[in-house]
Amino acid sequence: MYQNSTEIFQMMPFIIIGAGILLSIAVEMSIKKSELILPWFSILIFAVSAVISIAGIQQESVLFGGMIAAGGKAAIFNFIFNVGAALVVLNSVDYIKKYGTYYGEYYILVQSSVLGMMMMSGAKDIIMIFMGLELMSICFYVLAGINRKKFSANEASMKYFLLGAFATGFVIYGIALIYGTSATTKIDDIISGFNRLITNPLFVAGFIFLLIGFSFKIAAFPFHMWVPDVYQGSATTVTGLMSTTGKTAAFSVFIIILAAIFSTHSINKFTPYFAAIASLSMLYGSIVAISQDNVKRMLAYSSIAHAGYMAIGLAAGNISSESGIIFYLAAYTFMNIGAFGIVSIIEGENDTQLGISSYAGLGNRNPVLAAFMALFMFALAGIPPLAGFFGKYYVFIGAIEGGLTWLAVIGVISSVISVYFYLRVVVYMYFREPQEEIKIYSDNLSLSAVVVSGLLVIIFGLFPDTLLNLITSALIR
Amino acid sequence: MNLELILFIVLALIAAVSAVMVITQSHPVMSAIFLILNFFALAGLYLLLNAQFIAVVQVIVYAGAIMVLFLFVLMLLNTSSEFKVLTDKKFIKFFALLISAFVFVQLAYLIFFTKPSNAVKGNLNVSSQIGTIQNIGKELYTNYIIPFEAAGFLLLAATIGALILAKKKFE
Repeated sequence: MYQNSTEIFQMMPFIIIGAGILLSIAVEMSIKKSELILPWFSILIFAVSAVISIAGIQQESVLFGGMIAAGGKAAIFNFIFNVGAALVVLNSVDYIKKYGTYYGEYYILVQSSVLGMMMMSGAKDIIMIFMGLELMSICFYVLAGINRKKFSANEASMKYFLLGAFATGFVIYGIALIYGTSATTKIDDIISGFNRLITNPLFVAGFIFLLIGFSFKIAAFPFHMWVPDVYQGSATTVTGLMSTTGKTAAFSVFIIILAAIFSTHSINKFTPYFAAIASLSMLYGSIVAISQDNVKRMLAYSSIAHAGYMAIGLAAGNISSESGIIFYLAAYTFMNIGAFGIVSIIEGENDTQLGISSYAGLGNRNPVLAAFMALFMFALAGIPPLAGFFGKYYVFIGAIEGGLTWLAVIGVISSVISVYFYLRVVVYMYFREPQEEIKIYSDNLSLSAVVVSGLLVIIFGLFPDTLLNLITSALIR
Repeated sequence: MNLELILFIVLALIAAVSAVMVITQSHPVMSAIFLILNFFALAGLYLLLNAQFIAVVQVIVYAGAIMVLFLFVLMLLNTSSEFKVLTDKKFIKFFALLISAFVFVQLAYLIFFTKPSNAVKGNLNVSSQIGTIQNIGKELYTNYIIPFEAAGFLLLAATIGALILAKKKFE
């Protein structure tokens, strides 16, 4: 079927990651010191896959009889997943030793989860979305509880698994109803028949179930219950992975399905749903985060708020807001991986040194770490000229163009609220004297991951147009 | 009355009666055993509809693997006290009733208010062959090869995950 060399080139990211997983398993089985090889091997395959994805951005092609799309939007998402995962792996090398889970399997699961995300963002068939979602989620359930001796990790894994299975139930029920009413699983066919299908109440029910299931995965407000405990209990690097790339993958599904509906049908029937979850997530996340003293938990609530900001773009549903979401996802991925990277460096053994008081006086003791933490906090708060500001700016612009000015106003208000708890960390680092003796296990690899994400945040902030133009051109095609 | 109709009536009666028995039995293990009977009756109904693959999967996966898992869990738990916990809570009954009502309304809507889709109406000969094992195998290895491979990776990741979480000792 596929003798075309460009199509083989487009498939390469999938082939590389898939072959990488199998090779990693072979290495893990046959070599004693696999923990030393696998992180570098993972980073290598992620880097190659990211480069190939971004090289094939210009031509979009549909592969395997309309199952998977490569290039275009999918290329941008693949780039985010691969670079994010590579940074997380770089950050994990020394962290998982400290955390007590020095196994090679950790890296295999990270690779598998990335393969799942790539399937979701490239899916052209609902079956592929489901397969990718499950592959990603199962890897996350295990990664969350990878340290079996730790009670908090067990709790996180169990909660994530039970609520994730519940969400999967919603998704699969929705898919069953959609298939039953439309007699197809091809996303393009469903979208072209959307106006006819929407009159069928069973199709509407199925579509709503699908939206609810994915709202769990993006951690939006009414479906956010698992987020704080899971993000707090998991290993910090794993939290960095699932709060960023996992969220990006779930949003990519929203964008694949909804963007095509928006572009073919002018009336946006889902605006009330997304406007509701967006406004509630923003306010809830920002307000509850104020009272958190544990930095990991604070970042978990901030993650709920960020899901809200991104959902604004889904509510508006025009091209500028969608490219805004993708820009936001890229910016959020790098600033959050950086922030969690610093949290993982500060963190001591057995979940100690996670409180905000551990950051007191960091500006004197470790100025580099403090500077980068301040950078990420400013970026998350959305202070120009960092990447986080432009993410919010583009999404808000899209909302105003879509006639949802009130939603943008709520977004600005909750951004102002969120400045308080982000800057609180900065205040602790520079203006408070340390209460207790803090031992920081600073290592060069984690620090380099933090530096790379910091640089990306600055670059995206200084030259936002380059990335945005790339995204917009990929979306319009 | 032809054989097909007689078989249908017998299997449908077994399925309906065993389904009622599942919820009226006081002992959870007995409920589980009636559920197995129900699954077998449903598998027979699928065979009558020319859906061999689903019938086989129904027996192997549901009546086999999942029910064994159910019974293991029931035997590991202290079933008598577990039973009490379930009946004491009013809201659980309410919730169960709500979900059953929802499924009932949905099925009733499907049966009485929707027209059969074009795929079924179009060519009876073709549509009756959709569920055979040959056709499903052919589809799985041609059009759906990528989801099939993806399922392979999914199972691989799940196996590795189960090993990590359950392995006794790491060297």
